[in-house]
Amino acid sequence: MSEHDNKVHHISYGTYILVWVALLAFTSITVTIAGIGLGRYTLFIALLIAAIKSTLVINIFMHIKFDEPIFKVFLALSGVTLLIIFALTFFDVLFR
Amino acid sequence: MSNHQETAAATHQTHRDDVGAKMGMWLFLFTEVLLFGGLFLVYAVYRYQYQQQFHIAAMELNTGIGTLNTIILLTSSLTVALSIAAIQKGNKFLSMILISTTLILAAMFMVNKFFEWSTKFSHGIYPGSKELAAKPNGQILFYGLYFVMTGLHGLHVLVGMVVLTFMLVFIKRDIITKDSYAKLENSGLYWHLVDLIWIFLFPLFYLIQ
Repeated sequence: MSEHDNKVHHISYGTYILVWVALLAFTSITVTIAGIGLGRYTLFIALLIAAIKSTLVINIFMHIKFDEPIFKVFLALSGVTLLIIFALTFFDVLFR
Repeated sequence: MSNHQETAAATHQTHRDDVGAKMGMWLFLFTEVLLFGGLFLVYAVYRYQYQQQFHIAAMELNTGIGTLNTIILLTSSLTVALSIAAIQKGNKFLSMILISTTLILAAMFMVNKFFEWSTKFSHGIYPGSKELAAKPNGQILFYGLYFVMTGLHGLHVLVGMVVLTFMLVFIKRDIITKDSYAKLENSGLYWHLVDLIWIFLFPLFYLIQ
Protein backbone atom coordinates (compact mmCIF):
# COMPACT_ATOMS: atom_id res chain seq x y z
CA MET A 1 0.00 0.00 0.00
CA SER A 2 2.78 2.40 0.95
CA GLU A 3 4.48 1.60 -2.34
CA HIS A 4 1.29 2.57 -4.15
CA ASP A 5 1.04 5.78 -2.14
CA ASN A 6 4.52 6.84 -3.14
CA LYS A 7 3.52 6.77 -6.78
CA VAL A 8 0.51 9.03 -6.27
CA HIS A 9 1.51 12.68 -6.45
CA HIS A 10 -0.60 14.90 -4.22
CA ILE A 11 -0.80 18.58 -5.09
CA SER A 12 -0.97 20.98 -2.15
CA TYR A 13 -3.77 23.49 -1.50
CA GLY A 14 -1.27 26.29 -2.05
CA THR A 15 -0.37 25.18 -5.57
CA TYR A 16 -4.03 25.00 -6.58
CA ILE A 17 -4.71 28.48 -5.20
CA LEU A 18 -1.63 29.86 -6.98
CA VAL A 19 -2.86 28.41 -10.29
CA TRP A 20 -6.32 29.91 -9.66
CA VAL A 21 -4.76 33.36 -9.05
CA ALA A 22 -2.80 32.99 -12.30
CA LEU A 23 -6.00 32.02 -14.17
CA LEU A 24 -7.81 35.08 -12.82
CA ALA A 25 -4.85 37.28 -13.76
CA PHE A 26 -4.87 35.95 -17.33
CA THR A 27 -8.64 36.54 -17.49
CA SER A 28 -8.23 40.20 -16.52
CA ILE A 29 -5.37 40.56 -19.03
CA THR A 30 -7.45 39.13 -21.89
CA VAL A 31 -10.45 41.35 -21.02
CA THR A 32 -8.23 44.45 -20.81
CA ILE A 33 -6.50 43.71 -24.12
CA ALA A 34 -9.86 43.15 -25.83
CA GLY A 35 -10.95 46.54 -24.44
CA ILE A 36 -7.92 48.31 -25.90
CA GLY A 37 -8.52 46.75 -29.31
CA LEU A 38 -5.34 45.80 -31.11
CA GLY A 39 -7.07 45.18 -34.41
CA ARG A 40 -6.00 42.00 -36.12
CA TYR A 41 -3.86 40.89 -33.16
CA THR A 42 -6.83 40.82 -30.77
CA LEU A 43 -7.98 37.34 -31.82
CA PHE A 44 -4.43 35.97 -31.81
CA ILE A 45 -3.69 37.29 -28.31
CA ALA A 46 -7.09 36.11 -26.99
CA LEU A 47 -6.45 32.58 -28.29
CA LEU A 48 -2.87 32.61 -26.97
CA ILE A 49 -4.08 33.53 -23.48
CA ALA A 50 -6.85 30.90 -23.69
CA ALA A 51 -4.17 28.34 -24.62
CA ILE A 52 -2.00 29.36 -21.64
CA LYS A 53 -5.02 29.11 -19.32
CA SER A 54 -5.92 25.64 -20.63
CA THR A 55 -2.32 24.48 -20.18
CA LEU A 56 -2.56 25.48 -16.51
CA VAL A 57 -5.93 23.77 -16.04
CA ILE A 58 -4.87 20.57 -17.84
CA ASN A 59 -1.47 20.25 -16.14
CA ILE A 60 -2.36 21.14 -12.57
CA PHE A 61 -6.15 20.94 -12.04
CA MET A 62 -6.50 17.89 -14.28
CA HIS A 63 -3.27 16.47 -12.90
CA ILE A 64 -1.86 15.50 -16.31
CA LYS A 65 1.64 16.68 -15.43
CA PHE A 66 1.89 14.05 -12.70
CA ASP A 67 -0.08 11.25 -14.40
CA GLU A 68 1.21 8.27 -16.33
CA PRO A 69 2.42 8.91 -19.91
CA ILE A 70 -0.59 7.13 -21.47
CA PHE A 71 -2.84 10.06 -20.45
CA LYS A 72 -0.51 12.49 -22.17
CA VAL A 73 -0.76 10.29 -25.27
CA PHE A 74 -4.60 10.46 -25.09
CA LEU A 75 -4.47 14.23 -24.83
CA ALA A 76 -1.97 14.61 -27.66
CA LEU A 77 -4.07 12.27 -29.81
CA SER A 78 -7.25 14.31 -29.33
CA GLY A 79 -5.32 17.54 -29.92
CA VAL A 80 -3.69 16.29 -33.11
CA THR A 81 -7.02 14.89 -34.36
CA LEU A 82 -8.64 18.31 -33.91
CA LEU A 83 -5.68 20.04 -35.55
CA ILE A 84 -5.90 17.76 -38.60
CA ILE A 85 -9.65 18.33 -38.92
CA PHE A 86 -9.15 22.12 -38.68
CA ALA A 87 -6.23 22.11 -41.13
CA LEU A 88 -8.06 19.99 -43.72
CA THR A 89 -11.24 22.07 -43.44
CA PHE A 90 -9.39 25.37 -43.86
CA PHE A 91 -7.43 23.90 -46.75
CA ASP A 92 -10.83 23.53 -48.42
CA VAL A 93 -12.30 26.88 -47.27
CA LEU A 94 -9.26 29.00 -48.17
CA PHE A 95 -8.54 27.52 -51.60
CA ARG A 96 -12.03 26.80 -52.85
CA MET B 1 -8.32 -15.76 13.77
CA SER B 2 -8.33 -17.56 10.42
CA ASN B 3 -11.73 -16.06 9.78
CA HIS B 4 -10.27 -12.60 10.29
CA GLN B 5 -7.47 -13.36 7.87
CA GLU B 6 -9.91 -14.57 5.26
CA THR B 7 -11.90 -11.38 5.57
CA ALA B 8 -8.73 -9.36 5.16
CA ALA B 9 -7.79 -11.38 2.09
CA ALA B 10 -11.26 -10.93 0.60
CA THR B 11 -11.05 -7.17 1.13
CA HIS B 12 -7.67 -7.13 -0.48
CA GLN B 13 -8.92 -9.02 -3.51
CA THR B 14 -11.79 -6.59 -4.15
CA HIS B 15 -11.12 -5.54 -7.68
CA ARG B 16 -10.46 -1.87 -8.11
CA ASP B 17 -8.66 -0.36 -11.06
CA ASP B 18 -8.34 3.38 -10.51
CA VAL B 19 -6.05 3.91 -13.47
CA GLY B 20 -8.47 2.01 -15.72
CA ALA B 21 -11.38 4.11 -14.46
CA LYS B 22 -9.45 7.28 -15.14
CA MET B 23 -8.52 6.01 -18.60
CA GLY B 24 -12.20 5.46 -19.37
CA MET B 25 -12.93 9.00 -18.20
CA TRP B 26 -10.24 10.45 -20.44
CA LEU B 27 -11.58 8.51 -23.42
CA PHE B 28 -15.00 10.01 -22.72
CA LEU B 29 -13.44 13.48 -22.46
CA PHE B 30 -11.82 12.79 -25.84
CA THR B 31 -15.29 12.38 -27.39
CA GLU B 32 -16.41 15.59 -25.66
CA VAL B 33 -13.44 17.45 -27.13
CA LEU B 34 -14.44 16.21 -30.59
CA LEU B 35 -18.09 17.19 -30.02
CA PHE B 36 -17.20 20.76 -29.09
CA GLY B 37 -14.28 20.75 -31.53
CA GLY B 38 -16.72 20.27 -34.39
CA LEU B 39 -18.72 23.29 -33.20
CA PHE B 40 -15.56 25.38 -32.85
CA LEU B 41 -14.69 24.37 -36.41
CA VAL B 42 -18.04 25.63 -37.71
CA TYR B 43 -17.48 28.82 -35.72
CA ALA B 44 -13.98 29.30 -37.18
CA VAL B 45 -15.12 28.86 -40.79
CA TYR B 46 -18.11 31.22 -40.48
CA ARG B 47 -16.16 33.80 -38.51
CA TYR B 48 -13.59 33.77 -41.33
CA GLN B 49 -16.35 34.21 -43.93
CA TYR B 50 -18.39 36.84 -42.06
CA GLN B 51 -15.80 38.77 -40.02
CA GLN B 52 -17.68 42.10 -40.09
CA GLN B 53 -21.06 40.58 -39.21
CA PHE B 54 -19.59 38.58 -36.34
CA HIS B 55 -18.10 41.77 -34.90
CA ILE B 56 -21.39 43.67 -35.14
CA ALA B 57 -23.41 40.82 -33.61
CA ALA B 58 -20.89 40.23 -30.79
CA MET B 59 -21.15 43.89 -29.72
CA GLU B 60 -24.64 43.03 -28.42
CA LEU B 61 -23.28 40.49 -25.95
CA ASN B 62 -22.66 41.56 -22.36
CA THR B 63 -18.89 41.34 -21.70
CA GLY B 64 -19.44 42.02 -18.00
CA ILE B 65 -21.69 39.01 -17.46
CA GLY B 66 -19.32 36.87 -19.55
CA THR B 67 -16.34 37.93 -17.42
CA LEU B 68 -18.29 37.30 -14.21
CA ASN B 69 -19.20 33.80 -15.39
CA THR B 70 -15.56 33.14 -16.31
CA ILE B 71 -14.46 34.06 -12.79
CA ILE B 72 -17.25 31.93 -11.27
CA LEU B 73 -16.34 28.88 -13.37
CA LEU B 74 -12.58 29.20 -12.74
CA THR B 75 -13.27 29.43 -9.01
CA SER B 76 -15.56 26.38 -9.13
CA SER B 77 -12.73 24.47 -10.81
CA LEU B 78 -10.47 25.47 -7.93
CA THR B 79 -12.96 24.27 -5.30
CA VAL B 80 -13.30 20.87 -7.02
CA ALA B 81 -9.51 20.51 -7.17
CA LEU B 82 -9.26 21.49 -3.50
CA SER B 83 -11.99 19.03 -2.50
CA ILE B 84 -9.88 16.20 -3.98
CA ALA B 85 -6.82 17.46 -2.09
CA ALA B 86 -8.95 17.55 1.08
CA ILE B 87 -10.21 13.96 0.73
CA GLN B 88 -6.64 12.82 0.03
CA LYS B 89 -5.69 14.29 3.41
CA GLY B 90 -8.70 12.52 4.94
CA ASN B 91 -10.58 15.75 5.63
CA LYS B 92 -14.10 14.60 4.82
CA PHE B 93 -15.84 17.69 6.17
CA LEU B 94 -13.71 20.19 4.23
CA SER B 95 -14.12 18.13 1.07
CA MET B 96 -17.92 18.24 1.41
CA ILE B 97 -17.86 22.00 2.07
CA LEU B 98 -15.78 22.51 -1.08
CA ILE B 99 -18.06 20.38 -3.28
CA SER B 100 -21.07 22.28 -1.92
CA THR B 101 -19.30 25.54 -2.79
CA THR B 102 -18.75 24.24 -6.31
CA LEU B 103 -22.46 23.45 -6.60
CA ILE B 104 -23.38 26.96 -5.43
CA LEU B 105 -20.95 28.52 -7.94
CA ALA B 106 -22.37 26.33 -10.73
CA ALA B 107 -25.89 27.47 -9.80
CA MET B 108 -24.70 31.10 -9.89
CA PHE B 109 -23.30 30.48 -13.37
CA MET B 110 -26.64 29.13 -14.56
CA VAL B 111 -28.59 32.00 -12.97
CA ASN B 112 -26.37 34.50 -14.82
CA LYS B 113 -26.91 32.51 -18.01
CA PHE B 114 -30.67 32.65 -17.41
CA PHE B 115 -30.67 36.44 -17.07
CA GLU B 116 -28.35 36.82 -20.05
CA TRP B 117 -30.57 34.71 -22.31
CA SER B 118 -33.76 36.32 -20.95
CA THR B 119 -32.43 39.74 -21.95
CA LYS B 120 -31.66 38.44 -25.44
CA PHE B 121 -35.14 36.89 -25.71
CA SER B 122 -36.82 40.12 -24.58
CA HIS B 123 -34.93 41.92 -27.37
CA GLY B 124 -36.46 39.43 -29.78
CA ILE B 125 -33.22 37.55 -30.32
CA TYR B 126 -33.73 33.79 -30.05
CA PRO B 127 -33.41 30.94 -32.54
CA GLY B 128 -36.08 31.31 -35.24
CA SER B 129 -37.29 34.77 -34.16
CA LYS B 130 -38.52 37.24 -36.79
CA GLU B 131 -36.11 39.96 -35.67
CA LEU B 132 -33.15 37.60 -35.95
CA ALA B 133 -34.31 36.33 -39.35
CA ALA B 134 -34.36 39.94 -40.62
CA LYS B 135 -30.66 40.34 -39.82
CA PRO B 136 -27.86 39.58 -42.33
CA ASN B 137 -26.67 35.97 -42.70
CA GLY B 138 -23.47 36.44 -40.69
CA GLN B 139 -25.36 37.69 -37.64
CA ILE B 140 -27.90 34.87 -37.83
CA LEU B 141 -24.99 32.41 -37.90
CA PHE B 142 -23.29 34.16 -34.97
CA TYR B 143 -26.39 33.97 -32.80
CA GLY B 144 -27.12 30.41 -33.92
CA LEU B 145 -23.64 29.35 -32.81
CA TYR B 146 -23.91 31.44 -29.64
CA PHE B 147 -27.14 29.73 -28.55
CA VAL B 148 -26.04 26.22 -29.53
CA MET B 149 -22.52 26.40 -28.08
CA THR B 150 -23.25 28.23 -24.82
CA GLY B 151 -26.47 26.19 -24.54
CA LEU B 152 -24.65 22.87 -24.92
CA HIS B 153 -22.04 24.11 -22.47
CA GLY B 154 -24.78 25.10 -20.02
CA LEU B 155 -26.25 21.61 -20.36
CA HIS B 156 -22.83 20.23 -19.41
CA VAL B 157 -22.80 22.48 -16.34
CA LEU B 158 -26.20 21.07 -15.32
CA VAL B 159 -24.99 17.47 -15.81
CA GLY B 160 -21.86 18.34 -13.81
CA MET B 161 -24.05 19.62 -10.99
CA VAL B 162 -25.96 16.32 -10.89
CA VAL B 163 -22.71 14.31 -10.92
CA LEU B 164 -21.17 16.42 -8.15
CA THR B 165 -24.33 16.08 -6.04
CA PHE B 166 -23.87 12.30 -6.24
CA MET B 167 -20.23 12.73 -5.19
CA LEU B 168 -21.34 14.80 -2.19
CA VAL B 169 -23.63 11.95 -1.10
CA PHE B 170 -20.86 9.38 -1.75
CA ILE B 171 -18.44 11.28 0.48
CA LYS B 172 -21.09 11.57 3.20
CA ARG B 173 -21.75 7.80 3.05
CA ASP B 174 -18.02 7.00 3.04
CA ILE B 175 -18.18 5.45 -0.41
CA ILE B 176 -15.54 8.00 -1.39
CA THR B 177 -12.76 7.93 1.21
CA LYS B 178 -9.13 8.88 1.74
CA ASP B 179 -8.06 5.63 0.07
CA SER B 180 -10.69 5.43 -2.65
CA TYR B 181 -11.46 8.69 -4.39
CA ALA B 182 -11.30 7.75 -8.09
CA LYS B 183 -14.99 8.66 -8.55
CA LEU B 184 -14.40 12.16 -7.22
CA GLU B 185 -11.24 12.54 -9.31
CA ASN B 186 -13.07 11.55 -12.50
CA SER B 187 -15.98 13.89 -11.74
CA GLY B 188 -13.37 16.57 -11.20
CA LEU B 189 -11.88 15.84 -14.63
CA TYR B 190 -15.31 16.30 -16.20
CA TRP B 191 -15.83 19.57 -14.35
CA HIS B 192 -12.42 20.88 -15.45
CA LEU B 193 -13.27 20.02 -19.07
CA VAL B 194 -16.44 22.09 -18.79
CA ASP B 195 -14.24 24.91 -17.48
CA LEU B 196 -11.76 24.40 -20.34
CA ILE B 197 -14.48 24.71 -22.97
CA TRP B 198 -15.66 27.95 -21.37
CA ILE B 199 -12.06 29.29 -21.43
CA PHE B 200 -12.35 29.19 -25.24
CA LEU B 201 -16.03 30.15 -25.56
CA PHE B 202 -15.51 33.31 -23.52
CA PRO B 203 -13.00 35.17 -25.75
CA LEU B 204 -14.59 33.86 -28.96
CA PHE B 205 -18.08 35.17 -28.17
CA TYR B 206 -17.72 37.95 -25.60
CA LEU B 207 -14.39 39.54 -26.47
CA ILE B 208 -14.75 40.31 -30.17
CA GLN B 209 -14.21 44.01 -30.73
